[in-house]
Amino acid sequence: MADVTLKGVSKSFGDKRAVEGVDLHIKDGEFVVLLGPTGAGKTTTLRLIAGLEKPDAGTISIGGRPMEGLAPAGRDVAFVFQQYSLYPHLTVYENLAFPLRSPARRMDAAAVDARVRQVAKMVRIDHKLENRSTRLSGGEMQRVAIGRALVRRPAIYLMDEPLSSLDAKLRGELRLELKRIQKELGATLLYVTHDQIEAMTMADRIGILAEGRLVQIGTPREIYADPANLHVAARLGQPHINIVPVDLLPGATPPRGATAIGARTEHIAIAASEGGNARVDWIEHLGDQNHLHIRVGAHKLVTLADPDMPVNPGDRIDLTLKNPLYFGQDGQRLV
Amino acid sequence: MSAANSAHSVVEPGAASKRIAATLVILYAVITLVPLVWIFLTSIKSPPDSISYPPKILFTPSLEGYCNLFTTRTRQTPEYIAALPEPDGICDAVTRKRNMVIAGPSNFLPRFANSLIIAFGSTFLAVGLGTLAAYGFSRFKVPLADDLLFFILSTRMMPPIAVAIPIYLMYRQLGLSDTAIGMMLLYTAVNVSLAVWLLKGFIDEIPREYEEAAMIDGYSRLQAFRKVVLPQATTGIAATAIFCLIFAWNEYAFASLLTSGSAQTAPPFIPTIIGEGGQDWPAVAAGTTIFLVPILVFTILLRKQLLRGITFGAVRK
Repeated sequence: MADVTLKGVSKSFGDKRAVEGVDLHIKDGEFVVLLGPTGAGKTTTLRLIAGLEKPDAGTISIGGRPMEGLAPAGRDVAFVFQQYSLYPHLTVYENLAFPLRSPARRMDAAAVDARVRQVAKMVRIDHKLENRSTRLSGGEMQRVAIGRALVRRPAIYLMDEPLSSLDAKLRGELRLELKRIQKELGATLLYVTHDQIEAMTMADRIGILAEGRLVQIGTPREIYADPANLHVAARLGQPHINIVPVDLLPGATPPRGATAIGARTEHIAIAASEGGNARVDWIEHLGDQNHLHIRVGAHKLVTLADPDMPVNPGDRIDLTLKNPLYFGQDGQRLV
Repeated sequence: MSAANSAHSVVEPGAASKRIAATLVILYAVITLVPLVWIFLTSIKSPPDSISYPPKILFTPSLEGYCNLFTTRTRQTPEYIAALPEPDGICDAVTRKRNMVIAGPSNFLPRFANSLIIAFGSTFLAVGLGTLAAYGFSRFKVPLADDLLFFILSTRMMPPIAVAIPIYLMYRQLGLSDTAIGMMLLYTAVNVSLAVWLLKGFIDEIPREYEEAAMIDGYSRLQAFRKVVLPQATTGIAATAIFCLIFAWNEYAFASLLTSGSAQTAPPFIPTIIGEGGQDWPAVAAGTTIFLVPILVFTILLRKQLLRGITFGAVRK
């Protein structure tokens, strides 16, 4: 395992800028998640580190070693592709053994066998080792793809939305499993996703990417509570953060220059009141909690509410802000 | 209807339409097979039977055609033949009945061997070069790739005979006329365009993530190509090889112009088999029958890949 450093890394495809001036340091044994929408440059960042793309500018080093001009095979990284990319002409066993049998490693057969069986057990695919890799369910393929990375002990594991094509239950299980394995191995891992729950639950640190730039990086708590701008604030939190004008609701103490308020559930106090400033439009019952859809003048807000709260659609309520987030004209956070 | 069935057909065809389809297929098969059957039957007729009119459907089979194909013969007086010891083998006996003796082996075997060497050699070269070129066009940013591909294809846009004279002159200058290597190069040049185009389609279908995964797993690009791309391209390679082989095997125009002696292939040789008093049709038919065998065997061996290859684009995804 090793640390990974990116300095001012940029990459364009034609006139489309995929990654722009990214500085990122991943510590040895750290689990970093890059979070961002499609096209934010997440996958390109992984491919640049793996050596599948050449950066237009900037440097990448792994374990202190500069990677410039080094082929993927020489970089000692493992990659889990979003589309599994299992070798279709090989069995599960052969897929898992493939990296170990590479000319770069040349492990002896007994060691390969032991390692493959150990990892197969770890990702719970040991009962299907002799299956053709094409004769597996999506979840099984994904576990083989992760296993194929885990058979090695590379400097860094790079994972590109490895859980995106699984159903919700399996995704939850594998999320825990992956975090457990990473801790156990003390592995350095860079993980790309657009799923905020994966980011929040697994990451030591989350990096938020937007339009090729690394907007903010910090612990999940920091990113959630202390977002640098509107974009970061909008990436985390369920329901979505409410963006309202500064003078819409009472309780705000906007600093100079604030033009918008970001209010999550915890920033909004609700009280039932006949003459309240808001009206309940609709209630979504989720079981353990309710989503309240609220209308204030022409603005719509969504917030969580206790299922026991005695409100019905059409009721008037009173909303007060408690320490919300303030944003300036340019979308940057103001404190 | 089972789920497996419904994946391929929306509605199972009815019994009547199945019968009509089967009838049409059989009819087509019969029509295309008639000439082949006729050639085979001619090959086991005696020379008089082969040219009798109306054509004979029922006849006494004879090996004379095959004997004449493999031998050259000289006419002798009946007295000379009567003085000879017992005939040695069937051909000897057949030949003596026509007042002739076997003088030696004919050129058929060396010509046939030329065909094998040139056709398989050029197929191997065309498919090998084609695979590498197709991989390059498929995976790398080749400057002017589209123009190059069009240029490669354009070599097939005219009939071979249109370039035969320049090639003949060129080959004479280079000393490649009537050499196996010259014919191999020529057929490779013609086939490589077909191979590049066919194989590029197949390789385009193989996601590049496979190679990328292999390269990250510790393989060089060439090793990844061999370990990951080639095994998945076998279908396309087999189909391409058959098309190339059929062309090189059957090619007549270049072969008859550029070869006459040591490098002559079977197609220009077979029609020149002349018996006494005209064309020796049973021998020609025998040569043609034997000529069909290698391509038949090769196609049967690869028929699974060929079928899958032809329907490849349609069923892959």
